[in-house]
Amino acid sequence: MSSMISSPHQHDSNSVQSIMATVLLALLPGIAALVWLLGNGVLINLGIAIVSALLSEWVFLRFRGRNPVTAVTDLSAVLTAVLLALALPPLMPAWQVALGTIFAIVVGKQLFGGIGNNPFNPAMLGYALLLISFPASMSQWIQPQSAASNLDFSQAWQLAVDGVLPAAMAWDSMTGATPLSEVREGLLQHSMLSELHPDGSWSNLTSSGWAWVSLAYLAGGAFLILKGIMSWRIPLSLLASVTIVSGLLWLIDSNQFASPLFHLFSGAVMLGAFFIATDPVSASTTPKGQLIFGALIGFFIVIIRTWGGYPDAVAFSVLLLNMAAPTIDYYTQPRVFGGER
Amino acid sequence: MANVSIHDFHGGLILDDHKALSTQHPIAPVYLPKTLVVPLQQHIGQIADPCVKVGDHVLKGQLIAKASEYVSANIHAPSSGTITAIDEQPIAHPSGLNALCISITCDGNDKWTNLPDSILDWESTEPQLIRDRLRQSGIVGLGGAVFPTAVKTNTQNKPVNTLILNASECEPYITCDDMLMRTDPEKIVTGAKILQHIVGAKKILIGIEENKPQAIEALNHAINNTDIEIIVVPNKYPSGGEKQLIHLLTGIEVPSQGLPLDVGILCQNVGTCVAVAEAVLEGKPFIDRIVTLTGDALAKPQNVRALIGTSIHELIEHHSGFAKACQRTLMGGPMMGFSLPDIDRPIAKGSNCVLSLHEVEPTQEPQPCIRCGECVKVCPALLLPQQLYWYAKSHNFDQAQDHHLFDCIECGCCAHVCPSKIPLVQYYRFAKTEIWASEREKQQSDLARRRHEFRDARLARLEAERKARLRKKKEVLENKPKAKGDDPKKAAIEAAMKRVAAKKAAQAAEEKSS
Repeated sequence: MSSMISSPHQHDSNSVQSIMATVLLALLPGIAALVWLLGNGVLINLGIAIVSALLSEWVFLRFRGRNPVTAVTDLSAVLTAVLLALALPPLMPAWQVALGTIFAIVVGKQLFGGIGNNPFNPAMLGYALLLISFPASMSQWIQPQSAASNLDFSQAWQLAVDGVLPAAMAWDSMTGATPLSEVREGLLQHSMLSELHPDGSWSNLTSSGWAWVSLAYLAGGAFLILKGIMSWRIPLSLLASVTIVSGLLWLIDSNQFASPLFHLFSGAVMLGAFFIATDPVSASTTPKGQLIFGALIGFFIVIIRTWGGYPDAVAFSVLLLNMAAPTIDYYTQPRVFGGER
Repeated sequence: MANVSIHDFHGGLILDDHKALSTQHPIAPVYLPKTLVVPLQQHIGQIADPCVKVGDHVLKGQLIAKASEYVSANIHAPSSGTITAIDEQPIAHPSGLNALCISITCDGNDKWTNLPDSILDWESTEPQLIRDRLRQSGIVGLGGAVFPTAVKTNTQNKPVNTLILNASECEPYITCDDMLMRTDPEKIVTGAKILQHIVGAKKILIGIEENKPQAIEALNHAINNTDIEIIVVPNKYPSGGEKQLIHLLTGIEVPSQGLPLDVGILCQNVGTCVAVAEAVLEGKPFIDRIVTLTGDALAKPQNVRALIGTSIHELIEHHSGFAKACQRTLMGGPMMGFSLPDIDRPIAKGSNCVLSLHEVEPTQEPQPCIRCGECVKVCPALLLPQQLYWYAKSHNFDQAQDHHLFDCIECGCCAHVCPSKIPLVQYYRFAKTEIWASEREKQQSDLARRRHEFRDARLARLEAERKARLRKKKEVLENKPKAKGDDPKKAAIEAAMKRVAAKKAAQAAEEKSS
């Protein structure tokens, strides 16, 4: 359409690529914390996901008869791969990581027309597929700072790719539940929080190391907001909603319901609030709509975590609200300049 | 200078203004070219009707084309000479199409025609008479819209509380208003007073961006002992947008799709004020204007007084010349201007700036919208540009209108910040044009349908009338008793035979007598 040069004749120097690169940069603290906590398996997941994302995007764009160079170099596929990989348990079978990523890119993104056209967050579609298809691998999180997290790179690679365990190590002794699923299991069996270990307390979270990962994501997210790369609306409304909903339940019965602090700093809430729910393509785009979008995701996270069938709920909550985003946008158009107040 | 609060507007951009480039020299005097090509449509509204013919000799300031309708503007000969053509010529217009122009070969004498009398006692003159003078002189708004000033100042008894002089000049590079204010502040004030008298405004505010300290000082001198107020606004594009400036100065929002007049405000550009003052006090028609010649391709960027119809090419060659190869020439500024396919096109009443660029951004292939929302942050009309883009692209014009497409002022802020480099404004213009076209089509098809229905009704009526006539005749015939010898046919035949017999008898008698 633009054979004629249209005004304006000057532009900012930003680009899709620079935005994606900044977001990836903001993920580095989180990645570092996760590697510190869970070891080389995290890096293997990241590597496999990034390679399969780029390859599948390249191949699919060739099939569509498009030039794959701009699309592959815009780093959006890399970001999808990184977000998915960070949500997966380290040392899970490599082919499953690859399958989830390819599904995210091909079905979640390219089948809808590529970047900008996907109604769902591709990484979360990939995550949902893996969670439903391979519940066993998806729930086996290796224990922080254990023998499993201390595997060297080649051992970890062998385990992830070939399924070969290092000598004198048993899979069961290396893996276990995350604090999030342990607390949930305990509560579902009508135990009192105080009887549980972990009991969902702050000291519990920090000593297990999980809280530091969340804090690292929080730092990266804050950086993005300060840089003006993303708006504060979705993350803040999401976190506020998680706090309020879980806080109300906690106030009703602090022995039956985990504290807001536990909800905020366990599992994928921080990653979800700053890096997943904020995917602009699939999120709500009006200022008011973003507040509603974030708040509802937060609401569903607590509800599904508390009463649903899965320990964490970021993926399903985000996908649910992705479906609602166009409707939310329609009803939350901002007042136009000179329009009725 | 009044210490008033500024009512900021949403969005906008802080841009490099590049204004110092063209303010290093005083305004250069008029250059008289050999030929002038004067377009007949330089204003919003109907094209003017030529009232001279090829071969006529015209004097400077003589009327050469008349306003054809109420919303139209007179056009005058910018110099004396001979009309050599009235035909389609390339003009400086976004469409790039040719348009009707009057070409004048100048005789070099620059001899004035008899100008209308000065209206020195304008303060006691009927506003209607002054408006007539503005109409006669072909004055149009010089802020960008080139709307006939006589029409704009006809407020049709709507009360005007405030007259706002738009001196913001927020587009980068353009300095014609800035230099005019430094040079001719008294005339601006006089013009403003005349306009105030015409519309009966209670007060005058001047809104000016803070990057023009010399102009502000000059105006401050000129407004001494008047009740005019200068309000300095921060540099933020598009502070010179009519609705944005009104908001900055008064905090009032002009209603969506409404006019400033709806809230008792009238805006005029400072350049227009000078044209008004000259038309009223000197009887001078609108035949020249100040044009900013600027850009990194020019050897001597500056402001010049240029006759309407002067070729841009000649103007640049005469006043500046090129220092570097020109990659792109814009008419207007970089945010809202349009690019010219070549520069052998004439200056028109609305030509405020010729921007000759050596260094241009490489054109980038647009990438898909990722709905990042940068455009929402900068839109001064509080629109959702990413949604508008989506609807314009998918030809979903109803939704585009629901999303207030027609409140878009095409300032270009959204496209400026778009990381995907989508030419957003172009999509909005496209959607607006399509909607206008379909509305015209609808009107035409309504008209055609009404005509068709009318024709059907007329045919049906005629048919009914014919049938009624026949029936009546039949009834008349049926009701008449069929008496013998009353048969009209028989009677006619008998009469004819009688006539033939009489003729024959007459012939026989004639033959006998001869």
